[in-house]
Amino acid sequence: MVALHGAGILLPIAFYNNPHFQNLSSHVAAMAASAAGVILGVAGLLAPMPVIFSMPSNLPLLSFQLRVDPLASFFILIISLAGWAVSQFAMGYVREFEGRHSIGVLGGLYNAFLLSMMLVVLADDGLFFLIVWEVMSLVSYFLVVTEHEKPETRYAGFFYLIMSHIGTAFIIVTYLVFYQQSGSFSFESFRHPAAPFPEGMRTLAFAAALIGFGTKGGIIPLHVWLPYAHPAAPSHISALMSGVMIKTAIYGLIRVYFDFMGGTAPWEWGFAVLAIGAVSALLGVMYALMEHDLKSLLAYHSVENVGIILMGLGAGMIFQSYGLPTLAALGLLAGLYHTINHAMFKALLFLSAGSLFQATHTRNMEEYGGLIRKMPWTAFFFLVGAVSISALPPSNGFVSEWLTFQSLFLSFQIPDVLMKIMLPIGAAMLALTGVLAMACFAKAFGISFLAMPRSVHAREAQEVTMSMRIGMGTLALFCLVLGIAPMFVIPSIDRITVPYTGASIAGRVISENGLAITPGMEIGFASISTPLLAAVLAILIPAGLLTAAAVGGRIRKRYYKTWGCGIDLKPRMEYTATGFPQPIKQVFSMIYRPMVKLETEMMEESHYFAKRMRFETHIEPVFQKYLYDPVVSVLNRLADRLRVVQAGSLHLYLTYIFLTLLVLLLWVR
Amino acid sequence: MIESVLITVVQAVLILAVSPFIIGLIRKAKARLQCRQGPGFLQPYYDMAKLFRKDVVASTHSSWIFTATPYVLFSTTLTAALLVPVFISQVPLNFAGDIITVVYLLALGTFFLILAGLDAGSAFGGMGSSREAIVAALTEPAMILSIFAVGLTAGSTNLSTIVHRTALLQGGVTDPPPHLLALAALFIVTLAETGRVPVDNPATHLELTMIHEAMILEYSGRYLALIEWASAMKLLLFLTLISNIFAPWGIATAQGPVWMTLGVAVWFAKTCGLALLIGLIESMFAKLRLFRVTDFLGLAFILSLMAIIFFYILRG
Repeated sequence: MVALHGAGILLPIAFYNNPHFQNLSSHVAAMAASAAGVILGVAGLLAPMPVIFSMPSNLPLLSFQLRVDPLASFFILIISLAGWAVSQFAMGYVREFEGRHSIGVLGGLYNAFLLSMMLVVLADDGLFFLIVWEVMSLVSYFLVVTEHEKPETRYAGFFYLIMSHIGTAFIIVTYLVFYQQSGSFSFESFRHPAAPFPEGMRTLAFAAALIGFGTKGGIIPLHVWLPYAHPAAPSHISALMSGVMIKTAIYGLIRVYFDFMGGTAPWEWGFAVLAIGAVSALLGVMYALMEHDLKSLLAYHSVENVGIILMGLGAGMIFQSYGLPTLAALGLLAGLYHTINHAMFKALLFLSAGSLFQATHTRNMEEYGGLIRKMPWTAFFFLVGAVSISALPPSNGFVSEWLTFQSLFLSFQIPDVLMKIMLPIGAAMLALTGVLAMACFAKAFGISFLAMPRSVHAREAQEVTMSMRIGMGTLALFCLVLGIAPMFVIPSIDRITVPYTGASIAGRVISENGLAITPGMEIGFASISTPLLAAVLAILIPAGLLTAAAVGGRIRKRYYKTWGCGIDLKPRMEYTATGFPQPIKQVFSMIYRPMVKLETEMMEESHYFAKRMRFETHIEPVFQKYLYDPVVSVLNRLADRLRVVQAGSLHLYLTYIFLTLLVLLLWVR
Repeated sequence: MIESVLITVVQAVLILAVSPFIIGLIRKAKARLQCRQGPGFLQPYYDMAKLFRKDVVASTHSSWIFTATPYVLFSTTLTAALLVPVFISQVPLNFAGDIITVVYLLALGTFFLILAGLDAGSAFGGMGSSREAIVAALTEPAMILSIFAVGLTAGSTNLSTIVHRTALLQGGVTDPPPHLLALAALFIVTLAETGRVPVDNPATHLELTMIHEAMILEYSGRYLALIEWASAMKLLLFLTLISNIFAPWGIATAQGPVWMTLGVAVWFAKTCGLALLIGLIESMFAKLRLFRVTDFLGLAFILSLMAIIFFYILRG
């Protein structure tokens, strides 16, 4: 296992300098590394004890120590499964960049990105974690600005860079608090500090971790970078960033709360996580509905799904605070199950968006349409992803969302009336999120793939290459397997949660015959069986066909163009991505604050005929306008003031250095 | 095992057979209230039989989604109906899914129907799809909360367990206030989900008002028949839910031919009663403006939330 793991890390680096077959070598190396990662992940989940690899270092405070425990292995597995399929896809996809950008740099950075994510979840030392975390952020920044000739890409990259550094700053605060209390940066000493933490310090560490990791995970109101960075990056990079990288934030939160802090805290912490999750889920999907840039839409759905994951985690934390270990394990199970599900279907959807972009050279859904005939495979894979992310049975999203629902409903066991009422409200918000997500993907699929092509690009689109289709197909397959085989997934997640909650629930969650899953309460409380549902659905579809044939005989089908009230139907008459969610925009106008501008220029001869009309509508970016813009303008004003000291003269700077030195010497005297 | 399969098949056949009758009954009730004779109770059966035999006209702009949707909708609705206790309180398939599954199975059908509405490229279809999306978005939270309020009393979200435990209670429900609030909420949800007045009007084809009918405007022949049948089944499913969750008396709590026959008879009587009530409501009220529907469905949400709060207050 050590050897395989070493190969998994070294292979991408070894191939990095190979000038020939840069595309092939970098992505084949990444696939091989991911395959090794899958083996490592499975082995780590099955291993009875955590395995520790140490490398000597002669730097103070820093030790290159890796630890393979079930939690890390689970995330290794997520990274590797997604990484494997994405690398397969990338082989075909990066050909588009040939001649414009260096494939070698792109491929090398891609490998470095995968490797840094692996190291983030394996790191067993605070300082080492921060270093690889920073490497991950920087490498992903370079990948975002791949197409740096476009100004909006540079802006997106800069925005992302700033936000991730704010996040890293908060994570540093967390680790410094731990360091101060335990005297070492090793995770082992974080777990077992010499003296118990004072309450204030614990709260500070947790709050900083929530903000720091939350920035990476994209919780509201720290989500603003996602809808910029994800569309700007090449699609296989967005798939990894959205599907996998933001999951390292979930990993970090679980590590800090359940591992380092032992999972004991007042209920307010869990409630804060739950509330942030619920708000992120709901607002995330609402903003997604209003997008017609397909990749921005998917980016907002990442905000939504991180929210759903946090709802599961938050419920688990609340149960833990009230001393209900089995329920805490259920909440964690729901959160982690949704984590792997989201990684699969979000990567799949981003890859499909990448295929659409390659075929049409636009991300604007208003210019798609009718693509199901030109790109049947991409359409089918996108549909699988859409059904999964909308949590429709029997998909994988349904299983994890159902588990989240159940852990929220089981709140009636909490002895506190406030929580008993708040958690079902969370469930109602989750229900609203679920339906809005369904509406959003009905829109995304319907406007992009159905009806008539809305532009020349869509008319001339062609199906993408085989390697891209295999990449998408692999992820679609993972989605299906995770959906109809939860009985194999739950025991492995259970191995993660046992050390943190002290309760093993796999035996209770999975029914005796292995077909159904229940929230682990008494028999008959609630259960679902996705394999059975899939079977019944599969039986009843032919039943419908047979009934129709039995009553009506052979089908006689005629084709005719759609009735357009007497005139030829044009693509311009179709419903648009802006028109479809219009009722939703109107109903929730409190949140969207839509702005509509209509200018009409009349004919000179008559005031009843319009010569030209201009219609403009957009929704208010509330968080950017009221939260970020004031901060940015204050900073800009401060910077203006400070410009006085920066005159550009070398002599002046030398004087500054001298003065600083003098002050420092006086201070340490 | 054989009994389980038999009960499941009987339930499927019952739902399939009775659902058009309920539609006929509502139409008859409305006609009589308007002092018309109205078509016979069996008219929906004749209509469907005729539609099944007619040619299908499909749009040249449409794709396989358009062809697949009627079968998907039919199959999801029937699967959902098999999870609901009809004449026996513990249905064999009850472990395959609880009430959340029923809600999400119906949502799967709605998802495909919305896609089919967009598929032909007509503006009417898109309009129907767009409106269906907002109505579905507003009903679902209320539905989940109202069922949860009932599930709290029974200590389960599995429909069979809820119905079985409520049926075995002697002398009625333990806490009437939460149950009544949840019942009111679920009734509003039923009207909205099945496209009845005051949310949608199944008898209209006016572009300003139609929701469900606009989505299926391009369908004809056997596809239309399957969709109509699925809509009828969905209505019957909701009526069954209401009658068996809030008044499960008379339902068979154990297997046995006598009890089950009685269960079928009682279920039939209850759902017919509810269908008459819907006919009465459709005759008394006008359809609401689309953006007034929000308030109506918001009411359902508040009612179901109050049901939960009342439950905890009454239990202390």
